[in-house]
Amino acid sequence: MVKNYFRWIIIGVVLGMNNFMPALGATNPNSAKIDRMVFAKLDELGIPRSDLCTDEVFLRRVYLDMTGTIPTPKQARQYLSSNGTNKRSELIEELCERGEFSDYGSLKWCDLLRVKAEFPSKLWPNAVQAYHRWVRTALYNNMPCDEFCRALLTSSGSNFRVAPVNFYRAMPKREPLEIARIVALTFMGMRTDHWDEEQLLGMAAFFGRVGYKGTAEWKEEIVYFDPSMEFLHPESKQPVEARLPNGIVVEPSLNEDPRIAFADWLVESDVFARNIVNRIWYWLLGRGLIHEVDNIRDDNPPQNKKLLDFLTQELVRSGYDMQHIYRIILNSKTYQLASIHNEGNLADVSSFSHYYTRRLDAEVLIDAICQITGTTESYSSEIPEPFTFIPEKLRAIKLSDGSITSPFLDLYGRPPRDTGYASERNNIPSPSQKLHLLNSTHIQKKITSNKALLGMYYKKSKEKKKPTQAWLPPEEAIEGMYLAILSRYPSAKETNDALAYIRESGLGRYDASVDLVWALFNTKEFIFKH
Amino acid sequence: MIMNNGTNISRRDAMTLGAAGAGGLMLGSPQHASAVKAGKAKAVIQIWMWGGPSHLDTFDPKPDAGSDYCGPYTSPIETNVSGIRICERLPLLAKQADKYSIIRSMTHGINGHETASYVTQTGRPVGGEVYPCAGAIVSLFKGVDAGYKGLIPPYVVLTKPQGRFSESGFMGLRYKPFATGGKPSAPIFTVEGVIQQGITKARQQDRRNLISTLDTYGRKMKGNPAFEQMDMCEEQAYELILGDAGKVFDIKSEDKDLRARYGASDFGASCLIARKLVESGVPYVTINYNGWDTHKKHFDIMNNKLTEMDRGFSTLLDDLSQRGLLDSTIVWWGGEFGRSPKIQHGAPWNDGRGHFGKCFSHVIAGGGFQGGHVIGTSNGTGEEVADRPVYPWDLIGSIYEQLGIDTNAKLPHPQGLDVRVSPTEEDGVTIGGRLREIMT
Repeated sequence: MVKNYFRWIIIGVVLGMNNFMPALGATNPNSAKIDRMVFAKLDELGIPRSDLCTDEVFLRRVYLDMTGTIPTPKQARQYLSSNGTNKRSELIEELCERGEFSDYGSLKWCDLLRVKAEFPSKLWPNAVQAYHRWVRTALYNNMPCDEFCRALLTSSGSNFRVAPVNFYRAMPKREPLEIARIVALTFMGMRTDHWDEEQLLGMAAFFGRVGYKGTAEWKEEIVYFDPSMEFLHPESKQPVEARLPNGIVVEPSLNEDPRIAFADWLVESDVFARNIVNRIWYWLLGRGLIHEVDNIRDDNPPQNKKLLDFLTQELVRSGYDMQHIYRIILNSKTYQLASIHNEGNLADVSSFSHYYTRRLDAEVLIDAICQITGTTESYSSEIPEPFTFIPEKLRAIKLSDGSITSPFLDLYGRPPRDTGYASERNNIPSPSQKLHLLNSTHIQKKITSNKALLGMYYKKSKEKKKPTQAWLPPEEAIEGMYLAILSRYPSAKETNDALAYIRESGLGRYDASVDLVWALFNTKEFIFKH
Repeated sequence: MIMNNGTNISRRDAMTLGAAGAGGLMLGSPQHASAVKAGKAKAVIQIWMWGGPSHLDTFDPKPDAGSDYCGPYTSPIETNVSGIRICERLPLLAKQADKYSIIRSMTHGINGHETASYVTQTGRPVGGEVYPCAGAIVSLFKGVDAGYKGLIPPYVVLTKPQGRFSESGFMGLRYKPFATGGKPSAPIFTVEGVIQQGITKARQQDRRNLISTLDTYGRKMKGNPAFEQMDMCEEQAYELILGDAGKVFDIKSEDKDLRARYGASDFGASCLIARKLVESGVPYVTINYNGWDTHKKHFDIMNNKLTEMDRGFSTLLDDLSQRGLLDSTIVWWGGEFGRSPKIQHGAPWNDGRGHFGKCFSHVIAGGGFQGGHVIGTSNGTGEEVADRPVYPWDLIGSIYEQLGIDTNAKLPHPQGLDVRVSPTEEDGVTIGGRLREIMT
């Protein structure tokens, strides 16, 4: 491992010196290439693209897509008032440095890796903590993704101390065929049920010597290379040759861990790089170039092969730098198109003629509501162990354990992390979700508990010892609500409509303000990424 | 209409999908409705004994095993069925024994909560796919896909989801339960999303108008299919908020004496609400009854909780029976396992009981299950099944059968795998057999 980290530092240094550092702004040539390829395809299909989105839309969108977090009113004011010509690129760079970028990335990776303490992964809380922290640290340091994958596939050691070994523990069945199935799904984006049997058996043979053993410590487990094991054909009971998915037979010596040979092949192959860039594209644009992202096969061609090939090469060329891929996509006009359709592209769901709206992820939505209202949620585990203590302030995107949930997260389709399929995360709206947002005590309490958000403040005066309660001018309060909730200033019409409600609803200022916040929470602009 | 995930669905489908109480992939279809015959039972009330209740201290007393096993509960009481005795702390249930049957030979051998919960609630062995639990299966076959029209979702949990594993497994969000939240015994039971204190209907209307006034972006996106679906969800949500369907959660209108018999506890109130839900057509209600994981202070806790349970459970059986609902309503009582028959003396447990999956008890009543019987026996200490083992799949398969659900029917799977309702020997499980002894 030390060696790996060392190599990774060297790559960082090399990166710093050569032209892989981002060229800033819309002038980023790689982003321009993306646009040419996407727009050429649109022209070919005769689909007109939407206009570029406004700064206020970009601000909210890029915050949500990169960090799973909405901007604070202060951040929104600052960004919207800046006149910089490169302000979009600069914001992307700034967000790359944020801890939330790694938090949100870890959330996605941990969905994929099925990180949970209880059924069916059964990692147990302390291993979940170690595993999640390892993933987050790797993302925070922008560990090259080939190293990341290699560590997950080849590590041996204690589940508490060598965190990536938990990859082999988060499986419904710990047997070579199942490991091969999960490896294909996670790192190749492929479902082995489409494979012929020989291919799967050949791949499984690389995982035939993965051993597991307990220790004297409660719930500690060692994952290790056991040369005495051998993977036998389920029917003939004969040893199976280790055969790479490309058909090449590998003969590792007896004292060599065959996982290493597999990992060597995998990370060097386009299969791996393509899977990574396709997933990043999906995370940012809402649909993979190959759809679904975990169903890559010959008869499911990419929507835009040239583009996918280009991104794949870029990942390899950049030294497996995932942030590089984020940057070139985020800086493209393609990413920055408005979500608002025109007459010709309303029906388009796969050619990226406009930004596809998506409901906020369960975790992101509750975090946004908490941030705006200055409230917290409490999360707890069913397992009574010290490792499951969760501080009150912890945001949902930082929850490491898929077994720790809340009625809200369940309701809004947080994935159970049973299988690692992308479709587990369900962001399709339902009436029960609407009920909760429209009419629950949970949300109502959050709104009523934040007087500042409603426009109330405490005035100090010389005459009275105690500060007195006062209200901001209504226009100012309305502006504050819009910035906090929708990350933008209200239009004149919106201000007037809101003022009219305060004046004419027959409610006091307090109740009318509660209703305004509540109504903004229920607008599509708030609930969707757009 | 086309949704962003590329699935084609019609407006009518989308409405139905909406009514499921949870959006999801369009997995369910009328073919699932055809796997349902008219069963004897229409609904299930599941009393989930969260944590695993002691079998010795409830329905399988062992007074002759000595104080290392039975602790202070040395004198079980006769029930109204001759020959059946239960724990002395359950006098009211003793008077209802003709209505339920006790299975004293439940077994799966698993002592971890999460895995035992999965196996006990799904009726599935461990490994491979994560299957849906019984409530989600009933929601598939008796819910919206099968023509359920209620505004209250077809699978309700009082009050908290239990976690541990995903209730709907691979079938996804659409078949997840609706968890009420709130406190059932409070003066106003605020069911999250359905009943809110202090907001009048007039103000709800004003708020509704306000959203549409302020929905600037939504107006720009007119015609976008994803948003049309959102609008339909909202329409439906308002039907429930502004209509009367939510009254089913209000127990104040119930007879005062009856309420007193159910007990003032959350569990008692939950039992009463479960009856009301079933009466109004909801096919599956789970009461997640927490607090049975009694490693420490076991007998102190039992002394209190058994009385509470006795009231709620016995009144539920009696009330359902008086209303003629017991014939069509299955009441299923049980947890993920029992508790170790041998009392754990000494620190740190100080007379507690540990997890015990090798032998435990469940109770089943109504919906075509005869009462007044005991199925299977445990040995003298309650540590082994002595006769007629019943596995979770035997019990749950029997429940499905009484509901008219074909246990060999295909389940919708997101990757299209061929997966069936109940396991068979081919799935590598030992079959103890359906509960023919008591099935009419």
